[in-house]
Amino acid sequence: MSTSTPPAAPTAKKNPAVDAVARSAARDRVLLGIAAPVLAIVAAIVISSLVFLASGENPFRAYGIMADYGHYSDSQVWIINKAVPYYLSALAVAVGFRMNLFNIGVDGQYRLAAFAAAAVGGAVALPGALQIILLIVIAMLVGAVWSGIAGLLRTTRGVSEVITTIMLNSIAASVIGYFLQDGRLAVKDGNLLHTTFLPESSHFFSFATHPKPVEGFVVIAVVAGALYWFLINRTRFGFDLRAVGASEPAAEASGVSVKRMVVISMLLSGAAAGLVGMPTLLGESFQYGTDFPAGIGFTGIAIALLGRNHPVGMGFGALLWAFLDRTGSRLEFEGYAQEIVGVIQGVIVLCVVIAYEVVRRYGLRLQQRKVGEELAVLARTGDGTADNSDKPEVTA
Amino acid sequence: MANHDIHLTVRRGTVHALCGENGAGKSTLMKILYGMQKPDEGTIALDGEQVALHSPGDAIARGIGMVHQHFMLADNLTVLENTVLGAEKLHGIGAGARARIQEISDAYGLGIRPDVLIEDLGVADRQRVEILKVLYRGARTLILDEPTAVLVPQEVDALFANLRELKSEGLTVIFISHKLGEVLSVADDITVIRRGTTVASVEPARTTPKQLAELMVGSELPSPETRESTVTDEEMLTVSDVHLSATDSDGVVRTVLDGISFTIRKGEVLGVAGVEGNGQAELVEAIMGTRTPDRGTLTLDGTDLSRSSTRARREGGIGYIPEDRHRHGLLLDAPLWENRILGHVTERPNSKGRLLDLAGARKDTERIIAEYDVRTPGIEVTAASLSGGNQQKLIVGREMSHHPKLLIAAHPTRGVDVGAQAQIWEQIRAARREGLAVLLISADLDELIGLSDTLRVMYRGRLVADADPAVITPEELGSAMTGAASGHLSAADTTAAAPKGGEK
Repeated sequence: MSTSTPPAAPTAKKNPAVDAVARSAARDRVLLGIAAPVLAIVAAIVISSLVFLASGENPFRAYGIMADYGHYSDSQVWIINKAVPYYLSALAVAVGFRMNLFNIGVDGQYRLAAFAAAAVGGAVALPGALQIILLIVIAMLVGAVWSGIAGLLRTTRGVSEVITTIMLNSIAASVIGYFLQDGRLAVKDGNLLHTTFLPESSHFFSFATHPKPVEGFVVIAVVAGALYWFLINRTRFGFDLRAVGASEPAAEASGVSVKRMVVISMLLSGAAAGLVGMPTLLGESFQYGTDFPAGIGFTGIAIALLGRNHPVGMGFGALLWAFLDRTGSRLEFEGYAQEIVGVIQGVIVLCVVIAYEVVRRYGLRLQQRKVGEELAVLARTGDGTADNSDKPEVTA
Repeated sequence: MANHDIHLTVRRGTVHALCGENGAGKSTLMKILYGMQKPDEGTIALDGEQVALHSPGDAIARGIGMVHQHFMLADNLTVLENTVLGAEKLHGIGAGARARIQEISDAYGLGIRPDVLIEDLGVADRQRVEILKVLYRGARTLILDEPTAVLVPQEVDALFANLRELKSEGLTVIFISHKLGEVLSVADDITVIRRGTTVASVEPARTTPKQLAELMVGSELPSPETRESTVTDEEMLTVSDVHLSATDSDGVVRTVLDGISFTIRKGEVLGVAGVEGNGQAELVEAIMGTRTPDRGTLTLDGTDLSRSSTRARREGGIGYIPEDRHRHGLLLDAPLWENRILGHVTERPNSKGRLLDLAGARKDTERIIAEYDVRTPGIEVTAASLSGGNQQKLIVGREMSHHPKLLIAAHPTRGVDVGAQAQIWEQIRAARREGLAVLLISADLDELIGLSDTLRVMYRGRLVADADPAVITPEELGSAMTGAASGHLSAADTTAAAPKGGEK
């Protein structure tokens, strides 16, 4: 019996009708890319307005206050400085998210890391930049070790990292509480307990802006974001990581050691988490005390969701979050309920997550239809081999 | 776009076969009949009355039920629980439901055991449970989507006996298939679909498989048959004494692979026949390194790979066409060029050193698309938007592009249309001529017999029999697969080799 010869490849030759469809597909992609955030913002504003109205307040006056207060330069400096740890935290969470790991433990990781760095920094004084590098390395190591525990437990014992990281948060808090006592690693200062102050050489540089300086750690945040992008999108390691995130069995069959990737990405996530406390420690407080900011790890989860794990998206997310923190405090003075900003932040995250998923599904369906249409065009314009009933085998 | 000008009339109390290549539009048509998809124009009439089906719920309410190609059963529940799931309102979940199930089972000869867990059932039993589920919901018209794809010949006969039973009770069966021999043996009427339109309605008594096939394809049929032997003396893959045990969900340790030994030489295709679930998947995983055998060695072209990682094995020259391309072969949401990288991320043109070479990967994806005739508008679309045949062609192109020494092809043409099937066979043959060793695992016996140089039969984790593809018939192979025969299978009548590949 004879074998039918394979038909000529339709893609090999240019076809104007197909080009037109391809162009419209490219246009759709751009439109869809914009549609998701716009949809999310509109929905968030509408729902927030309803919340304001329900609490008997005028939403537009509130937005006016927020916009007005946010545009002062001291607000802007505050927002940038606040956004830096938020952004680093989001990066730490995003590393895990890209391979379906949910590191809820960024909070414990950065606090333990900052505490360890503060304790060491208070005890030794290396000259100049060496001290800063030492402290940052210690913080990253401690963060990595702390999250690495969760990674190891998952690969060796199969314990979900969601459980272990959240447990490790409590353990981290207890460990810090134990050592942060007078006579151990802390000194008493009024009502507060804190580690001894870091020497002058540990102070990170800052930009001399008016009225307050922008902390130099913003540079580290930008560099970390760029490294994250490069690692994920341009390296073999990043491809393996994304492959695991997209489909664990497919990644495994393709030769990725999923267990190894879990441990490595937890270590990376923890190392990034170690940086979260550094802007505060090296640029502001110069000690780790009972008043050291907590909860940034959880904010990071929200911002990673908000920014869709994209380094630029998370940058905007962190700035938006800091903006809401700043201007929300103003609303209190104007007689609004203090909780309203928390509600708005929650609404925004929900709207973003939902809007992106809706747009993603719509886009996938659109694409599948386009592929069918395009092949139909091919069939009609003379290349009779294309099967115009070619339909996708899966639907979202 | 998938379908246009479809005309289909099904008489009550008959088995109506709908045949056509994969991607011809059969499934889309069935989705329309089952209310999963809405037609742009045209009407559906049931018992002379025009109906609008907006959802599967509507279809069920009007007595239309569907048995999908992929079973939709919860493994950890019993037959009874699976049956009442979602239909609790009909007869409750207790004695009423049990009585009704027994009644249906007896009436149609389904032989249902209500309290067995689904995971303990074989494929054929699971299929009967699916049919039961549909009948339980009151269906008078059953749609079966490629029901024989997963069955061995003996099971197919049993299924057809069930279908005749249903028919004699006045039920209507719409039967989708592209296996012509089966269609001719069971159907009362046949409608052929090609490229989304009905091209012919024929009676089985007045047609032959060949005529039917030509209606389906619109041209002459391809065959998996391999002519000249290219087997050499050089050993490419040697598997010796591989044992693997696995713990099942009840915590019982079972032997999955039991002393597997075989050798594939350069230019040889070794076909493994067997009913699914007899260890073929585990054998593939053991060779790929995603499962670690308890003992045994694996040598590829003189190199011991027994302890190597999956990646090292791939780099060492093992190409892999997985059984389940969605689960193991593709990243569905990723663009085609990323799927081209998958599995070969450490090799050129995908990477240079530790960095990805995006331009190289993109360019090579374009090449694969052209050379392997992957029908797609471009390399930026997601793998999910391609049809099954095109997804498979992409996978075959990807694996062949790295010039493997050994190709593991697990069901390489499952769910693939006839045109793509011919291409995939041709590519395997071409690579074999250049010294490729192939481990072929397939449920399609014609494909196995037609492509293989050597055949082994796998049963309960052991290679129990071997056969010469030149003389064995699908029927003989089928009975060996059920464990009925062992040792060397020699056909009593060597002329039986004549129909090989002919019915596909």
